Amino acid sequence: MILLKTVNLRKQFGETRACDGLDFVVHKGEFLSLVGSNGAGKTTLVNLISAHLQPDSGQILLEDRDITYMSVADRIKAGIARSFQIVNLFDGLSVFDNVALSIFSREGKAVRMASLAEHDYDVRREALEVLGEFGLSGKAEALAGGLAQGERKLLDVAVAYALRPRLIFLDEPTSGVSTHEKAQIMDTVSSVVRGGRVTAVVIEHDMDVVFRYSDRIVMMHEGAFLADGTPDEIRANKDVASILLGAPLAG
Amino acid sequence: MAILAIQILNSLLYASVLFLIAAGLSLIFGVMRIVNLAHGSLYAVGAYVTAWLVGRGIAMGVPLGWLFLLLPVGALSVALIGIVIEPLLLRPFYRRAEEYQLLVTFGLIQILEDMMRLIWGGTPLSADTLMDALPVIRIGGLLYPAYNLVVIGIGVVAAVVLWAGIYHTRFGVMLRATSQDRRMASALGLNVGLIYVSAFGIGCFMAGLGGAIVVPTQAAVLGMGIDALVIAFVVVVIGGLGSLKGALIGALVVSFVRTAGIQFFPELELAVLYLIAALVLLVRPTGLFGTA
Amino acid sequence: MKADLKTPRNRSVLKLAGAAAPILLVLILIPGLVETYQVQLLTYGLIAAIAALGFNLLLGYTGLLSFGHSAYFGIGAYAVAFVVQYLGPHSMEFYILIGIPTVAITSALLGYICVRHTQIFFGILTLALSQVLYSLALKLYWETGGSDGLRVPRPALLLGLLSFSGPRGFQQFITSYYYYVLAIFVVCVVLMWVVVHSPFGKTLQAIRDNEVRARFLGIRIRRFRWIAFLVSGTFTGLAGILWVPLNGLTTPDVLYWTFSGEIVFTALLGGFRNFTGPIVGGLVFTYLKTYAVASTEYWQLLLGVVLVTLVLVLPTGIVGAISKLGQRLARGKS
Repeated sequence: MILLKTVNLRKQFGETRACDGLDFVVHKGEFLSLVGSNGAGKTTLVNLISAHLQPDSGQILLEDRDITYMSVADRIKAGIARSFQIVNLFDGLSVFDNVALSIFSREGKAVRMASLAEHDYDVRREALEVLGEFGLSGKAEALAGGLAQGERKLLDVAVAYALRPRLIFLDEPTSGVSTHEKAQIMDTVSSVVRGGRVTAVVIEHDMDVVFRYSDRIVMMHEGAFLADGTPDEIRANKDVASILLGAPLAG
Repeated sequence: MAILAIQILNSLLYASVLFLIAAGLSLIFGVMRIVNLAHGSLYAVGAYVTAWLVGRGIAMGVPLGWLFLLLPVGALSVALIGIVIEPLLLRPFYRRAEEYQLLVTFGLIQILEDMMRLIWGGTPLSADTLMDALPVIRIGGLLYPAYNLVVIGIGVVAAVVLWAGIYHTRFGVMLRATSQDRRMASALGLNVGLIYVSAFGIGCFMAGLGGAIVVPTQAAVLGMGIDALVIAFVVVVIGGLGSLKGALIGALVVSFVRTAGIQFFPELELAVLYLIAALVLLVRPTGLFGTA
Repeated sequence: MKADLKTPRNRSVLKLAGAAAPILLVLILIPGLVETYQVQLLTYGLIAAIAALGFNLLLGYTGLLSFGHSAYFGIGAYAVAFVVQYLGPHSMEFYILIGIPTVAITSALLGYICVRHTQIFFGILTLALSQVLYSLALKLYWETGGSDGLRVPRPALLLGLLSFSGPRGFQQFITSYYYYVLAIFVVCVVLMWVVVHSPFGKTLQAIRDNEVRARFLGIRIRRFRWIAFLVSGTFTGLAGILWVPLNGLTTPDVLYWTFSGEIVFTALLGGFRNFTGPIVGGLVFTYLKTYAVASTEYWQLLLGVVLVTLVLVLPTGIVGAISKLGQRLARGKS
């Protein structure tokens, strides 16, 4: 079942065609990796879908609902959330507050000023649950700005996840962490996301991670799709595999 | 008909002065990405220093022709102040939160405004000898001081010199390179610190020049710096912060609107100007040519 | 320290109450211990603290630096003066009843214009708007008394229960007014504390820390800034309302940019990253100003120099410095 679809989506920056008439499809429940070299247009595509950017032309449909020109707030309400490549947190607030804020916002409680935030037990409970799922319970009281990079990446995802989206975009969730931590982070992220039945689109450069965790891999190059298939299919596709893995072309 | 011509000339006069102030502000922002809240007060310092120098010159019996040279001297004095301020008070804050920059330059306003009061007191300081030194010309049936035309001329010359300087000299290239990418410029061997101080100095020179050329037409008074600050901001808001062309067009627009406003609401001149500021920011947040 | 669902942090409320109680006790006992002039000065200090508390909701918690907060203080003061002009002298409660909606509406209107912009433009816009009000107060002299201002006589307190006349009237008024302002001050502190620790307060801090991320949480940035502006202006306006009966007079000076500068200064002096910073700043500043103004005519110059020095040397303010010192001592011990 198709959850999200783009129709002939275009975005140009001067001469560069970041998105050149893309027809992108995301199926419900899948864990999709978006790969490609730097500048291929992956982040632009995510930015367009998450309302960080406006497209030049084309459409974005969420289950047949045209969200192309919807505001960020409306898109979040419709069920789209994202994390950021360069970690984007509220450094002055505690880890707990970072996640709680997503919940307050989601529930429309962010405007409440006559009650203490810490007295909202429903929000507290849910925030603690989410932190638990991401393995961050021990750091709940710590300031987000003081965490190690791996924890910050997890928190970045947790904050987006706490919005309980239907579709979550993760922009390089393992960038900047050691190889050992990469596996840990992706284990956590993929199990939480699948467990929560959230559809995920992950931009990733680390091919081990991509092949291990994805249901489907979509490869972009210079604003267009180069390949689209399961890990096995991609591996079997010699041309693509060589570009991705740097191995010489057979024959 | 003559009245209309005079109105237009007055608007151009005001626009000339505004352009100098706003262009200075825009230049500093364009190159250094900082906004000096004390820019208006520096304009006021230019006016005071020039008026004071003219007064001293007259007292010493300096011939009128030479007195005109005091105009750029007044402007230079402000540039000197700027060259001292930048490394001392502004450089420590480039990497810190923007609030600190605003706070420091606000403190600078307080210092400068009170220094002017301390040195020159509360009575307005005029330099109308300079204006009277030039003849009065006839426009239609009305008399108009030729000095005002000189001011307009200086404004035009300044615009041309700036434009040429920024787009047709090596120094201008360095300025533009630094404004677009400071780190890259530094990596290419440009002395960013020197460029910053130079840009700031030039910007302050222009503010000072604005004050210097305006003071023969209207005496320097306390508080003129704050009024100038707000108006200068209206200009850069319309024209866009960081754009020379924007400063020119913004200055013209504000000037003509002000002249029209004074015609119809003379008592509320100040309020009209400030309201223009608020309205413009409401309608056109990024300006026509801004790089902000 | 793990967060725990079962024991919410009432600890923080208790800790606050524990620290505040002795201070409050001192404040209550003071009028019996010092002369009338000092009580009057302390009252001004509390008023300055309320103004600074309001201002800092915008600066410390929302990240918006306003250079035009004199506007709200001034509107509060002039609102009371106009009530006296047109409706005759009344009780303090009446002034507050009329004054608070007035400042709230003004803050809402001006705030709506200002929060569409950030940083520099926000600052200049707040400055410009306060200057508009200043020039109106100055020019429309037939309404506002021009530079002479408007007088406000000693009000009756507690709905007319307490009025002050006769030979000891002044002393009694000062003492009673002190307690009146103290009570309102305590209410303001509690209210602001709740606001800052509410979901709304957390959201403001999030917007301050990372506007982009806040937007990607579905938060409507402009609306939150606007509400913060409204609350902030109302608190500062309340300070103006309380100020004018004590001062007996309001003039356009209270709308001028230099007064906004003083408000900014108090927050910086006390420390704008702490809740109690503005309170400390307001109190300390009132004393500093009284003694400085007495010793030099160039008050703005002094203020400017100290402001610049503070930003260079002590950007976290008094409370920030004390808290850092406390942390260092605590670490030294363990």
